[in-house]
Amino acid sequence: MEFFTKFPVMERIALMEMKKGIDLSFRQFSREYGNGIEAFFDPLLFFLVWLEKLLLNSPWPIIILVIAILAWFGSRSWVLVVGSALAFMLIGYFGMWNDCMATVAIITVCTTLCIAVGIPLGVLMSKSDRAEKTILPVLDMMQTIPSFVYLVPILMLLGIGKVPGLIAVCIYAVPPIIRLTNLGIREVDKETLEAIDAFGATTWQRLTKVQIPLALPTIFAGVNQTIMMALAMVVIASMIGVKGLGVPILRAISNQYLALGLMNGLAIVALAIIFDRVSQHYGKRIQKHREGRNL
Amino acid sequence: MSAVKIKIESLYKIFGKNPKEGMEHVKNGVDKAELLEKYNHVLGLKDINLDIHEKSIQVVVGLSGSGKSTLIRHINRLIEPTSGKITVDRTDVMSYDKNALRNFRRRKTAMVFQRFALMPHMTVIKNVSLGLEMQGIDPKEIEKRALHWIQKVGLSGYEERYPQHLSGGMQQRVGLARALANDSDILLMDEPFSALDPLIRKDVQEILLEIQSELNKTVVFITHDLDEALKLGDRIAILKDGEMDQEGLPVDILLNPGTEYVRKFVEDVNRSRVLRSKHIMQKVNGIDLSRAFVVNENDFIEKFIDRVVTEKPSMIAVQDKQNKNVGCISSKRLSEILKK
Repeated sequence: MEFFTKFPVMERIALMEMKKGIDLSFRQFSREYGNGIEAFFDPLLFFLVWLEKLLLNSPWPIIILVIAILAWFGSRSWVLVVGSALAFMLIGYFGMWNDCMATVAIITVCTTLCIAVGIPLGVLMSKSDRAEKTILPVLDMMQTIPSFVYLVPILMLLGIGKVPGLIAVCIYAVPPIIRLTNLGIREVDKETLEAIDAFGATTWQRLTKVQIPLALPTIFAGVNQTIMMALAMVVIASMIGVKGLGVPILRAISNQYLALGLMNGLAIVALAIIFDRVSQHYGKRIQKHREGRNL
Repeated sequence: MSAVKIKIESLYKIFGKNPKEGMEHVKNGVDKAELLEKYNHVLGLKDINLDIHEKSIQVVVGLSGSGKSTLIRHINRLIEPTSGKITVDRTDVMSYDKNALRNFRRRKTAMVFQRFALMPHMTVIKNVSLGLEMQGIDPKEIEKRALHWIQKVGLSGYEERYPQHLSGGMQQRVGLARALANDSDILLMDEPFSALDPLIRKDVQEILLEIQSELNKTVVFITHDLDEALKLGDRIAILKDGEMDQEGLPVDILLNPGTEYVRKFVEDVNRSRVLRSKHIMQKVNGIDLSRAFVVNENDFIEKFIDRVVTEKPSMIAVQDKQNKNVGCISSKRLSEILKK
């Protein structure tokens, strides 16, 4: 009867040994390769630090002007331009300028990295059913596994700092762009592809002239999602040493500072809204051919 | 008769998991329905033999599911045959590797699609330039040629529009210009006008005939519309369930249908509209035609039928361009032809 009431657990000592063994071997791995991996990410770190310094050292009016100009080129909407400039001024006025710049820097680097990795992976997935079958479960896992869990091995490997934070954010933020690139390319009309084949296109011409341009709205939705998710990760990333708006929020949690938490939280929301609206407007604008019929 | 441009020999296409096995069944006399039900394979094409002559319009007619679109896609190998041979200009298309096939598609063939298959994200001029870009021609030359063909199909002024902004007929004219700009000998047209409404269809048919009289391309034209086939085709092949039912001159198909299926197919055709006097004339054989009613050999019956009804001539003289008698039609023959 005991068999049914008590779950047959692995022996305690063996279980501990097993966990220890895994920890030990990973530690060994990180001791051996940690430095190499860190060196591999050096250019990324360099870029991040450079961008952060640039944003922090430039006079604030210039930054706001640049943001307003970017918003204009992205959306061509005065409301968004004025809104973005106003939001950044408020953030600065309430003393969050430096943190905000740090966050903008990491989001920018992260998004760039996610695009650079995600789009080629998405293309690969769309080309081969086998790649899709292999990558999809990995993406599912990346999206569902609690982020604290993969912080552990990253910390063991790279320690506390900007790069591990960046990687943690990217792991969390990259799946949508991979998924949506794959989906967008797979959804391209078969007849259009047949036509381009009939005219003797190479695989590369097929990809660059038809598949990617036609998948662009979907890919862009992926980029948008990626930016949003990266922003959402800012607080968790600040736990492992990423500077930015997440740091004061953490402080607010541990000390029960309501106003501090709220203000920084709202600053993140403001950033999210600006990034989202501008990128969405841009995504729509590059789709000129989708405008209504003129005839 | 002009030389054979495209030769299709004992072409089979079977869709399914194991086409080779399916083919054995077909060769043993299993028909399309049975093959699908018993062996779960779809018979696409069965033993197709067709010679397509250069500088002519070969029409392939059939109802949906008859395999006509499959057939045309074999010529540029958008679909690979299960077995059989396709020769273009005495070269076996099946022997081409990837590169050679690409070159063949770029230079030898151009295709027009039923649902246009234009690039929605490209302007009209970019769409027309597509084939030329694949050929790797100098951009200035591309623009020149693209503009020429846009003008030729009557779309000047629409160069910078996107396909979505054009009507169906205009879109297909872009498709036609895109194919013609390629400057290839062979034009593959897969039901190009089926998606258009009748008036516009007539329009683009005229454009095609006009361009063809100038360019003399080898055209393979797929349609389900027999009237269209008779209007455009120099020769017509009729497909049924993946098999060739009859192949020949339009007049032969119309006047001497080979099978019951073809007879039913041609039954409703308005003959006075598709038959020309030269098609139905008989030899003169010493009959005196000096006072006969005169028609041109290229006139459709439709053109003179009202005069025949009012004037009731017993004999009609058929003359060529030089007003020389080339044949005659008795009123009895005429009424027989129209009565059928």
